[in-house]
Amino acid sequence: MSVVRQSLAVLRKDLLVDLRSLRRVVAVSLFGAMTLLLFSFAAGTDSVVLKEQAAGYLWLALFLSSTLALSESFRVELEDDALEGLCLLPVDPRALYYGKAVANLLFLLALSCILVPLSFGLYGPSLRLPLVNLIALLVFGLAGLAGPGTLYSAMTSRARGRDVMLPLLLFPLVVPVLVAGVKGTALVFGGDPMGQFGSWLQLLIVFDLVYWSLCGLLFGKVLDS
Amino acid sequence: MNKYFEKEHILLVVGLAMLAWGCNQALFVLPGETYMGEVFRIFFLHVPTAWNSLLIGTVAFGAALGALVKRSRGWDAAVEASVEVTLVLIVMVLIQGSIWGHGGTWGDPRTEAGSTWWEWEPRLTASAVMALSFAGVLSLRSFIEQFERRVLWTAVATVIAYVDVPIVYLCVKWTDRGMHQDHSTPSTVSDVYHWPLRVNAFAVLLIALWLIVRRAKLTLARDAARADQTPPTESTTPLVAGGA
Repeated sequence: MSVVRQSLAVLRKDLLVDLRSLRRVVAVSLFGAMTLLLFSFAAGTDSVVLKEQAAGYLWLALFLSSTLALSESFRVELEDDALEGLCLLPVDPRALYYGKAVANLLFLLALSCILVPLSFGLYGPSLRLPLVNLIALLVFGLAGLAGPGTLYSAMTSRARGRDVMLPLLLFPLVVPVLVAGVKGTALVFGGDPMGQFGSWLQLLIVFDLVYWSLCGLLFGKVLDS
Repeated sequence: MNKYFEKEHILLVVGLAMLAWGCNQALFVLPGETYMGEVFRIFFLHVPTAWNSLLIGTVAFGAALGALVKRSRGWDAAVEASVEVTLVLIVMVLIQGSIWGHGGTWGDPRTEAGSTWWEWEPRLTASAVMALSFAGVLSLRSFIEQFERRVLWTAVATVIAYVDVPIVYLCVKWTDRGMHQDHSTPSTVSDVYHWPLRVNAFAVLLIALWLIVRRAKLTLARDAARADQTPPTESTTPLVAGGA
């Protein structure tokens, strides 16, 4: 089996696990929704301010919920030593990584399908650029979270203090994703007279290329121990 | 050599002597800079520290690659020591930069923006991210008890954290420079400043190398002492001895 087919098999397994028990989806979405609500309470009731900050709140909610989603993705593998079973399979470790990472990306995209409409409802921003721009930004931005996040969660889920370790390692790394995501989304909401949207999207694509290839290479070492 | 003077102390002695000469030149001999005046003199410490933080970060990256391949205590101690020294240097850079930024008259001359402790410009942000990433590596390490796992995961996290180092180096080329000028080279720095800057750069490098060697020796000595204390029945599994 080629690496691609092996990755697809891992992806299928992860999606099945998520679909059969919707626990993770429901819990993480609720947490994300709660975060969006909390931001609006903290910022006050000024609708102009909320509209201006909508992009930032949306991405922060996605960031905070993503750590829950990512750490959960490897925690399930620890039950009944499932991870050991996976490691014993005659598959390339890269296939495990890419299968898991794509599953996490799809999970985060599903999460954004709930949080984006909700943030439109709560903060009332308007779409000044076509919706496809926002979708592209979410796909590449969340890929930037899922790529290194999958590798780190494979480590932190097996370390002590895992709840604090994942965000501690992941957040400094993904600062460029947050900056590009927030700036790009603000342009989608506020209009882009200077044509800057493309460069933020490019930054995300370069970030994804660097980390998806680097993490794929290193994942075998993490599983080795 | 007696037991108080080990070979690596030569690095410290030479480094301190060079630093003393460089700082004497920077503080008392050289003329102040035309636009920034006296506060500019911190340049002779700030720039060498910044160069060395990136350089030692690269040493940490190399050691991490070594640790990924060899998985030995020696390489692991080298990774730990160089990551720690990188973190110390980059934090020093941030502090020195804040002092310089606060003491100087920065900002856009067209407005009245003056001194500032912190500015969200590309190089400062990238340096802060670098400090947090390297601190994260050490923090991760402290949570892992099993020896081989600690070696590999520290190395993996170091390699990933290192991606930020070229960004810190190159962001003045790629983006709006903010408070920083282009790379300091003989063509961008006034002639009279070359030698003190170079001497200080090598001085900081020697002191940093001394710190790395001392730190790595300390880790190895501590591991050896722990291995001695472990009862013979348990010492048959050397892989967990380091984390016990």
